Order: sequence, then structure tokens, then C-alpha cells
Amino acid sequence: MKLTVNGTDHEVDVEPEMPLLWVLRDELGITGPKYGCGIAQCGACTVHIDGEAVRSCQLEIGDLDGVVTTIEGLGTRAALHVVQEAWIEHQVAQCGYCQSGQIMSAASFLDTNSRPTDDDIDDAMSANLCRCGTYPRIRAAVKSAAAKLNGT
Amino acid sequence: MSQAGKIARRTFLIGSATIVGGVAFGTYLAKRAIPNPLLQDLADGEAAITPYVKIEANGITLITPRADKGQGSYSIQASLIAEELDIDPVTATISPGMPGPAYFNSAVLQEGVPFPAYDQGAVAETMRSFMAVPAKIFQMQVTGGSSTVPDSYIKLRMAGAVARETLKEAAAQRAGVSRTELKTDAGRVILPDGTQISYVDLAADAATIDPITDVTLRDPSEWRLLGKVNAKRLDMVAKCTGTEIYGIDYAVEGMVYASVRANPGIGGDLLSFNASAAEAMRGVQKIVPIKHGVGVIADNTWRAFQAVNAIECEWSAGPYPASSIEMFDILEKAVDNEDMYDHRQRDEGDVSGALERGEVIEATYRIPYLAHAPLEPMNAIARVTNTACEIWTGTQIPLFIRNKAAQLTGLDEEQVFVYVQPMGGSFGHKLEMTHVEQAVELAMAVKGTPVKMTWSREEDMTHDYPRPAAVSRGRGKVADGKVDTFDLSVSQSALTPNWFGRLTGTTIPGPDATITTGSWDQPFDIPNYRVTGYRAPDMVPVSSWRSVGASGNGFFHDCFLDELIHAAGVDPLAERIRLCLDDASRKVLETVGDMSRWDGSTPGENRGRGVAFCMSFGVPVAQVIEVTKTDAGIKIDKVFCVVDSGPVLDPTNFEAQVFGGVIFGLGHAMNAELTYENHAPQQDNFHAYEGMRLYQTPVIEVKALSNASKIRGIGEPGVPPAAPALANAIFAATGQRIRELPLNKHINFV
Ligand code: FES
Ligand code: FES
Repeated sequence: MKLTVNGTDHEVDVEPEMPLLWVLRDELGITGPKYGCGIAQCGACTVHIDGEAVRSCQLEIGDLDGVVTTIEGLGTRAALHVVQEAWIEHQVAQCGYCQSGQIMSAASFLDTNSRPTDDDIDDAMSANLCRCGTYPRIRAAVKSAAAKLNGT
Repeated sequence: MSQAGKIARRTFLIGSATIVGGVAFGTYLAKRAIPNPLLQDLADGEAAITPYVKIEANGITLITPRADKGQGSYSIQASLIAEELDIDPVTATISPGMPGPAYFNSAVLQEGVPFPAYDQGAVAETMRSFMAVPAKIFQMQVTGGSSTVPDSYIKLRMAGAVARETLKEAAAQRAGVSRTELKTDAGRVILPDGTQISYVDLAADAATIDPITDVTLRDPSEWRLLGKVNAKRLDMVAKCTGTEIYGIDYAVEGMVYASVRANPGIGGDLLSFNASAAEAMRGVQKIVPIKHGVGVIADNTWRAFQAVNAIECEWSAGPYPASSIEMFDILEKAVDNEDMYDHRQRDEGDVSGALERGEVIEATYRIPYLAHAPLEPMNAIARVTNTACEIWTGTQIPLFIRNKAAQLTGLDEEQVFVYVQPMGGSFGHKLEMTHVEQAVELAMAVKGTPVKMTWSREEDMTHDYPRPAAVSRGRGKVADGKVDTFDLSVSQSALTPNWFGRLTGTTIPGPDATITTGSWDQPFDIPNYRVTGYRAPDMVPVSSWRSVGASGNGFFHDCFLDELIHAAGVDPLAERIRLCLDDASRKVLETVGDMSRWDGSTPGENRGRGVAFCMSFGVPVAQVIEVTKTDAGIKIDKVFCVVDSGPVLDPTNFEAQVFGGVIFGLGHAMNAELTYENHAPQQDNFHAYEGMRLYQTPVIEVKALSNASKIRGIGEPGVPPAAPALANAIFAATGQRIRELPLNKHINFV
């Protein structure tokens, strides 16, 4: 089975039912996407497929159609994505375990809606669970990132 | 910090003992030195200056022994050391270190003394300092009880200062000048002529001289790192780029993957199993029976999950009542049952006499079992050989793990190595080690091969040792517009003895203070005032959950007080202030009133405002919550929270911790419970156990005061007032007094 992750091509020998999450984590050693629930309830496993946010615990590798980007491919320490910059500016993370997924969700959401209202943010980000309660800063960081994207 | 006194030669912990405030502590340590875990693995020429600072050829390591479960403790511990050591913490390696008895936590047990935290009289303080002795006896390298900051505040700065002065002395001797002529900056000693010598360069010299222990800590006005609003957590960039390596991400060369299924009735046995389907599944390497269950070793975590679920298991019944209905029945029968009496730490005035006459107000409250459910499920990597057992895991209790692994493997404790990994949350979950024991059992079945064992979310939620359920009965009276009599009884299964017994196999004698922690110890002066704990029989094995006893007692105590205040027909905030006998606590209540522009509990039509107060871990916290009653349900509009935990070392992280505490308190109060059927929880994943999501999160305003005399941790005290403030606000908006959590059993939320 072939797949492209963060610009690199990989070939893996796994059954087609294996969720993308576990191909990334245990076969390729790409551990930014996290396991939290395995049933599309927490969003910790969120990655982008052709830029769109997808719960990688729900996507069987056999059904993968598109290029995968994980948090590691979104931006790096040296070249941060706007959303990551906003997250650092607002010091969002506590334990941080949910934050790969939060950032991937926010990045793809802002791609489709760069002038979100508060309600838009609540709707888009409520599928990502944070057990530490970083929500107030997630809201603030999404707004900062949106403002930056709009050059305001 | 004159009380810090002098640090005795070579044994920093003697000094730290006098810092915490106890003569007994110092004397005890003088009799028996604790082995220093850092001295074991140093090469020649390296200097172990104190157990918290290590300087080697390749740089400086700061040892931050209190585990980081998300609350920022690595950052704050590193900053405490670096402030005095004069280095930029970003340039150092931050390591939790190997577990060793020298890292015992003297603050974690201090709130176990029979004095409320606001009592800082001589007797109470002496008792607290004595508690450092049992902490050492139990060798508690434990992270918990919001104890990291109080435990570290002086100890780690002293470590930094001793290191700095000793390095200066080494430079002074080398250059033939006096130490007083030298300065330090950014990891270097600066000589009078401007020459700079790096600490690393001085390490070997420093190792050969006696440490300089006669040091004075800097005044907070001189701080460069601590207390600054722009401080950034050291782990923030890693956590925002997916590069933080949690226990679940850690990899050891050649490792295999595993998962387990244990009896869903915790403590019940596996009677028989059929693994023939699992054995035939792709990637499965071995089926291993373990204590109370069975595990699968495979070549991928997902394959291990699939296979372990394919095993047919026959379980014995869990060793406790089968259903929530039976459990609550037992709890209710235990309240006010003299046979179940455990302790009464508050008994003022004549409660019995008062309750015999006139109109008595009575109410019964209930709280459910709750899972901790940090987002990272339990996991551990173990490798066992004939001579060593290595464990990589995120934990708050590395020493307990070391001792248990030694028992399981038959190795010596010195042959067990626990490498503590960053944690994706805990909330008390990682004060447990069943998952580590299972990983060790699996690793023993494939000696020499590292085994990474991960619990599925379902295994995690159904094998959590939950926050205990409890029932409370309040009785009280009002007279002349005042609360006159307050009598609270609380029944719960024992918590601390249950946990400690599970970890060590020994029991703690005496009463279990957690049954009434957060209600008996509140700073109020009520003419007739009594709080009694009743110890229900052990049922589901239970554990500490963020804010421990106060998580339920805060709700019981404050809501019942609110009922009495409303019955007295007076203002809820004004009456709490009138009853309050502690200055710092009163200031907290007054400030939350100012912040929320409090003018009564009904600010408008369909709107309600609730105030609640709880002192836990010595920290007074008051919250005001505003709600609106809508057609679809209750909407939480705003939360105001005022806290006094003494000087704030990291304001940005402080606010985050309070946000987190409020949200944790509210989310569970609104939406979450574990209910039992057939001995097992019925909620096994987040669809059935929601906590709070972003759309329900109110705007939260936080204010810190620092009138309190001691510095304290803030990871937990934000939790307890949230549930009662919300329930009190709902009462104000609707007239409905909800006495059972979660609140959504009785009212909808939007
Ligand atoms: S792990 Fe995929 S949504 Fe939770
Ligand atoms: S930061 Fe811990 S779960 Fe979100």
C-alpha cells in the first residue's frame, strides 16, 4: 500500500482495514497524530487529506485517496504555520495531547472560513475534546490566526 | 528568606528540611543520609552539585523531579532553579531524573494534618513540618495535592543558589581572586577583568570543593524569570508542532506492541478464555494471561486491540455491588449511621441541641463516580531481562512503580529503572500503576524484548479507579436572618487507604480525612457548626481525582450553605462574607463581588447568579457564575473566579490552570458520571462521558490575590467551587434546587 505523508512517499504492508492513525503511528513512526478515543469523538487524531481535516482513526488505509499532512508537516519549529504561531502566542497547550488535533482542525477550518464569527469557531472546534480545558485560549488563538490571515 | 537558614554541608536535603520549617525534619535527616541518585552515573570530572543541577561536558541538566502531567511543572521547576543559577532555562536539558528517595515530596502530606489550612498557628505549623518525616519514610516521590510549587519554591531556588556560589568559588580559586568579586550571567562566571568562564568549564573544579551553602535567596524584586507575565512554557513549541514525545509516543529499539483486557469488574478474575480466533489474527505474536485478565503481544497497537477484543473471556463477578442503585443504597444507609462513624473534625456550639427545637431545614445530596479520562490513555513500555527491568511511562509515582516492578520480577530495586515521560493529562489517573504492572507481566513473557502496552480508551475508562461516589445530608437552622446551625454528614468509601493499600499492600490506620476534606475545614464561623464523616464499606476501588475530597465536599458544603442563606432571606454573598473568619478568604469573596458587580442573585428576568466558595489545599477560591434560562435549557454566560495562592510565579500558566480547573469542575458537574451495571461502568468512551466541549464553555475571568502568607499550587483549587456556583446560579434563575450531580439529569444545558 502506498501513501504520501508530509511530502514523502511510503510503502506499507498492512491490511486495508487498518486505520490511517495506526499506519502513521506504529508503521511509520509519525506520532504527532494522537490516539484518544478511536471512535471520532475526540479529534486528537486529526490530519489533513488534501488539506481537509479528517479523523485518521476512522479512515481505513484502503480508502485513503489523497495526500496526507500531519501536524509535523503543517509547520516546524523553524517555519511555523500561522495557527501554530497563534497557539504559541496565546500559550494554549497544557498537557498538549489534544493540541495536534486542535491545530489541524483550526488550520483547515480557517482555510475555508477566514472571517469566522464566535459561533462559527464554537461549531468548528467543538468536535475536538480538550480534557485540560484550554478552550478559552483556543478561541483566542483561532481569532488571532484569522486576523493574521486577513492581514489585520 | 532568613528562615531558610543554612544548608548543612554535603546534604542539601538537611537544609531543605529546615526550609520547610521543621526541626524534627532536620534532625531526622542528620541521622540517616539519603542516597543521592545522581552520584551513581556520573563520570570522573563531572560534578553533582546538588540533586537538582547536573553539569557535564555537554551542558547543564536541571532535574525537575515533580512529574509534568500538563500543569506546567517542568517549566516552573526549571525556572525556580534557573532564577538563582543564572542560566536561561532554554539552554539547559530538563530531565525528570531517575526516581530516588532523595526526591521525596514533603508538601504532599502536609495537608493531612488535623488543622484547617488557614490555621497557621505554631502547633499546626509544627505538625505540618513533622509530616515531612512520614513523607520520607514512605519515600513519596509523588506528584499530587497541588504540592509541586509549595514543595519546590525554596528548595529548588536554594539548589540553584548553592550551585551558582559553588561554581563562583571554583572560578575564584582558579583565578586567585575572591568569590565576592565575581558575577554570574547566562551560565558563566565573570571575573573582575571581564573574562568569562562557562559553568561547564568549571564543573570538574567545582566537584573537588565543598559546596558553598551559606547562600541568601534573591528578593522577588530581583527576579528575571519568575512572576513575569510574558513567561513562555518551555514545552509550548514542542506541543504545538507535534514533537513533544509522550509516553505513548516513546519508542525503544526492537519493541513490540500490546494491549490487555482485564475483568470489567475490577479485581474480579478471569475464569477461562478462548484465544483461538485471536491467535490466528495477523501480527499476533503471543497471548499472555495476566492478573485479572489477558494480554496480546503483536506487531502493531491496532492489531493488538483487535486481537484482544477477539478473545472470548469468562469473568467472575467483580468484588463489589453490581449496580449504581445498590451502591447508592449503601451510601445512603451509611450517612448518620453510628456503626459507620469515621471522624468529626469540626464540632462547634451545640448542634444537637439546636436541631431539637424549631424548624430544621434538611437536604440530601449525591455525587457520582467519575473517571479521570486524561486524553492520553494509560500506557507503558517495559523491558525485562535477568538483570534489569526498564520502564518508560508517564507517572506521578515512579518510586512505587520501581518497588512494585522489583516485586514482580524478583529483581532488586536498584535493578529497576523508571524513565518518567511527559503525560497527556492525568487528573489523578497516573497516581495508579495497574497498567505498568500489566506491561511488566507481558514483558516477562518475552524476556529481553521491550513491550509497549497501550490501553484502548474503552479499557481505560472501564478500568479507571474513579472519584468515589458520595452522599451527604445537611441539617440546619436559620434565625434572625442569619445562618445559625449547620450540620453536614458525608458518607463515602475510604479513598486514601484504598489507594495506598493498592500501591503498597499495607493499610493506613485511622480515619480517612478525604471523606470530609473541603467541608470540615472551611473558614466560616457559624454558632452551631458540625461536620461528620461516615465511612461506607469499600465498593468500586477508588482514587484521587483532581481536587480529591474537595471535589464533592465543595459542592455539598457550599450548596447547603446557600440553601440556608436563601432560607434566612439574606444576600448569598454578604452572608458568606459575614460568616468568614479568615482575612485572605474574606478578601477573595469581596473581590469576586466587585469583579462581578454583584447586586444580588437575580440580575434580571430568567437570569441567575450563584456564588460559591471553597478553600482546598490551603487556597481560598470564590466563584460567581451567571446563567440565563432559555427555552432550550440553561446557558452559562460568565464565570468570575478569584484565587489567593500567595505569590504567582508564572501568571500565564496560573491563569491557564484556573481556566482548566473551572472547566473541569463545570464540565463534570453538568455532563459526566460513571454508572455501574453488572459491576462495570456503562460509559466506556467519550460519546457517553463528555465533560465540557468548547461550545458550552463560558467566558471566564480570573483574578489572583496574594494576601495569603504561603505559596501554594493552583492545579486543583479552581475545581471545587465550580459545581456549587453553577447549581446556586440555576437555583437563582429557576427556583429549582438540584442536589445531585451531574446536573443534566435534572435540567438541560444549551
Ligand atoms: S482518536 Fe480519532 S477522534 Fe479520537
Ligand atoms: S491540553 Fe490536555 S487535553 Fe488539551
